[in-house]
Amino acid sequence: MAKRIFNIWRGDATGGRFVEYHTDVDTGMVVLDVVHRIQAEQAGDLSCRWNCKAGKCGSCSMEIDGKPRLACMTRMDTFSPSATVTLQPLRAFPILKDLVTDVSWNYQQNKRIPPFRPRPRDADGRYRMQQIDVDRIQEFRKCIECFMCQDVCHVLRDHSRFDTFVGPRFMIRLASLAMHPLDALDRIPAVRKEFGSGMCNITKCCTEVCPEQISITDNGIIPLKERVVDRFFDPLMWVKRNLLRRSA
Amino acid sequence: MVDIAELQTFEHDVVVIGAGGAGLRAAIECSRRGLNTAIVCKSLLGKAHTVMAEGGMAAALGNVDPRDNWKIHFRDTMRGGKFLNQWRMAELHAKEAPARVNELEEWGAVFDRAKNGLISQRNFGGHRYPRLAHVGDRTGLEMIRTLQDYGIHQGFAVHMECTALDLLKDGERIAGVVAYWRENGRFLLLKTKAVILATGGAGKAWKVTSNSWEYTGDGLAMAYLAGATLMDMEFVQFHPTGMVWPPSVRGTLVTEGVRGDGGILLNNKHERFMFNYIPERFAPETASTEDEARRWLQGDKEARRPPELLTRDVVARAITSEVKAGRGSPHGGVFLDIASQVPADMIKKKLPSMYHQFKELANVDITKEAMEVGPTTHYFMGGVQVDHESQQSVVPGLFACGECAAGLHGANRLGGNSLSDLLVFGRRAGLGAADYVASMASFPCIDEAQVRQSMRRATDILNRESGANPYLVHEALQKVMNDGVGIVRSEADLTAALAGLEHVKRDVERVKADGASQYNPGWHAALDLRNLLIVSEAVARAALMRQESRGGHSRVDHPNEEEVWGEYHIVIHQGRNGMDVEKVRRAEPPRELAAIAYATLESLEGSNG
Ligand SMILES: Cc1cc2nc3c(=O)[nH]c(=O)nc-3n(C[C@H](O)[C@H](O)[C@H](O)COP(=O)(O)OP(=O)(O)OC[C@H]3O[C@@H](n4cnc5c(N)ncnc54)[C@H](O)[C@@H]3O)c2cc1C
Ligand code: SF4
Ligand code: SF4
Ligand code: FES
Repeated sequence: MAKRIFNIWRGDATGGRFVEYHTDVDTGMVVLDVVHRIQAEQAGDLSCRWNCKAGKCGSCSMEIDGKPRLACMTRMDTFSPSATVTLQPLRAFPILKDLVTDVSWNYQQNKRIPPFRPRPRDADGRYRMQQIDVDRIQEFRKCIECFMCQDVCHVLRDHSRFDTFVGPRFMIRLASLAMHPLDALDRIPAVRKEFGSGMCNITKCCTEVCPEQISITDNGIIPLKERVVDRFFDPLMWVKRNLLRRSA
Repeated sequence: MVDIAELQTFEHDVVVIGAGGAGLRAAIECSRRGLNTAIVCKSLLGKAHTVMAEGGMAAALGNVDPRDNWKIHFRDTMRGGKFLNQWRMAELHAKEAPARVNELEEWGAVFDRAKNGLISQRNFGGHRYPRLAHVGDRTGLEMIRTLQDYGIHQGFAVHMECTALDLLKDGERIAGVVAYWRENGRFLLLKTKAVILATGGAGKAWKVTSNSWEYTGDGLAMAYLAGATLMDMEFVQFHPTGMVWPPSVRGTLVTEGVRGDGGILLNNKHERFMFNYIPERFAPETASTEDEARRWLQGDKEARRPPELLTRDVVARAITSEVKAGRGSPHGGVFLDIASQVPADMIKKKLPSMYHQFKELANVDITKEAMEVGPTTHYFMGGVQVDHESQQSVVPGLFACGECAAGLHGANRLGGNSLSDLLVFGRRAGLGAADYVASMASFPCIDEAQVRQSMRRATDILNRESGANPYLVHEALQKVMNDGVGIVRSEADLTAALAGLEHVKRDVERVKADGASQYNPGWHAALDLRNLLIVSEAVARAALMRQESRGGHSRVDHPNEEEVWGEYHIVIHQGRNGMDVEKVRRAEPPRELAAIAYATLESLEGSNG
């Protein structure tokens, strides 16, 4: 069996470099298997997060050939056998070590979001909701918190506006609350003011990388923005609604 | 060596170790009771095993079939557990699960809905009626995210990517926890009045497993070393359906929901072999023909359940027999076929993550082809022995809940009974700890020698000049367990496995991790080996002592369920010269509960009273 070549970023907050590893790849292996093999055989201290190995927990996000991917769902046979595969940590977040980044900022954003506040139960002590009324928010609730959408959103990645925008992950978390049939809190003013919905200019890069195929922009952010516009003024939405629609 | 006075130190009333469903629910309860609470977990918050649970959470809500009630849930649980369950725990679980599901909904969980707008419920193995509240096949994600998003506003501290190493004691009682931050390898000392263990099982002791790196039995081993007793350790659940191909995903779970929603099992002769494996006890309640099974799936209330939905131990053994007899699939499993039973769009709607998982990882489209599946190590029925009301172990101040506690599931767990277990007994552990803390006059004292010893063990692994590679030692241990303590056991194999473990033990004592203490997975793996070894030995010893086959424990040399063994638990604790394994007689079952467990179904049906 031919050895395959991997370029893996090794280092920590103080600096680092790409290190080349050569290793065997068997049928059906995914990138995470390769990392495990390299750990066992060549670099015991190579850091990488993982848990489920089935695309369910969102731990193993990294940049593979420059694109954010789940290492456990990226099969080796999707690369050409002679290609060198490059692995590096998510670039939007501070590096801890090797493939592991400090994602604590995301946890801080989540904590800023006021929790679900349900309306009272029906007279018999139950809640009733129709499936079609929850389909929409169930889509958002599929999120596995891989933070890859956060990684590619240029507001965070290129402009570091961590102080003004919570990012796509938390926009859909807000959407899942705002559209929850039982939630009794008015969340729209905060969506605009505290969480920065106006920062998003609908490039949809987030939607493209979401491993859960959540339509983050179309189903989550745009409807939220529309609700904001109904109450406040958002120039981009105004253009989209009035000019683009008219020309269509 | 670090000066203890300079060690990063926290003081809490309660420290919860583990942030899966059980730990989070326990921490929420402690905070509600006004306790200063912290939760620690090895991974990031929200990534515990609970996130992987697929099929659902069992609770007799009666939303889909009004004949269901707690008594039938209780009866199913006891029968599934081969009557070795702790009677009172099974009662509390069945009675309280519906309230816990409703509470989760109030905290923001969005379950799939029934036509009447209530929470929908699905069929699962061993459950008489559709009983599992679910969200497609990602119920665990819904549960953990709900608890997480609710929990972070309850005031408890969260220490994530922080691994507990050892429990500290002041005389008999709990006094604290030594842990380290995975990020930088620094130690921390948590002084506390009580500890709640919610660390889950130890499936990583086997090669073929549905479990992640976290499942190294840390809680079980820490409890054992602190003087607690472990019970029912021989009962490890091998889930009948794990993926078998390609090799890199061997063991990854295929939810029972596939069978609950109509999937059938076939051998390479295209026979629906489960009809040949129906145990006598379940024959009156199981379909006897394919036609009856089909009618059941279509909702005929007179028809009985298909044999694919027999309890997991039965199905896993049947698959193993088929493969042994040469009737297996090309890669050593059998076929699970839902494509021929259910329309493609329904499959995608009800089992989206299974569809995705097979498509991405195995190039199989489950709406068109059969899956190849075989047994995989999945769940620990056994664990820390606890009081059924308070969840306290024999060590004062040490509590356990969720998968790391023993009792509820007996010899075999029903699918869906774990997620409900986490909530029911997570909450109860919180209450138990609150009562204990309230009864306490003073803060326990920390014994510095214990702290030093714990840290020294950890740093030695990095500091030694040379030694065994932790990854390879782990593989060797997994091989011993897979070969000798697998789904079908014998005295000869178990004895050989114990000898094999002795061998591994020597390597564990001289294991060496390369690199520094900063986010070093090799070091983390090396530290976990001690725990895996203790748990593996406990399983093997208990399995050797139990000379019968019951639930998850099968012995070729003792193939029958023996009535006398139904009167005993095997209980393990640390003795002067190693592990003490004891046969302990069970208390008489409470009469009113025994009456329910042995009643006919018809006499129990009706809404919750
Ligand atoms: C793939 C899969 C599917 C499943 N599907 C279902 C299902 O449909 N229905 C059902 O009822 N059950 C299901 N189960 C079983 C169920 O998910 C688990 O039994 C349950 O989630 C265990 O929950 P827990 O809270 O006890 O522990 P976990 O959720 O496993 O959490 C354990 C926690 O302990 C922490 N921990 C461990 N050791 C340490 C340490 N030393 N220091 C600090 N923290 C530590 C971990 O980091 C983690 O946070 C499934 C299991 C798997 C693997
Ligand atoms: S659509 Fe908005 S949130 Fe998504 S990547 Fe673009 S700017 Fe960021
Ligand atoms: S929305 Fe999608 S990409 Fe973003 S964190 Fe969630 S799962 Fe990941
Ligand atoms: S390991 Fe869970 S998503 Fe990759």
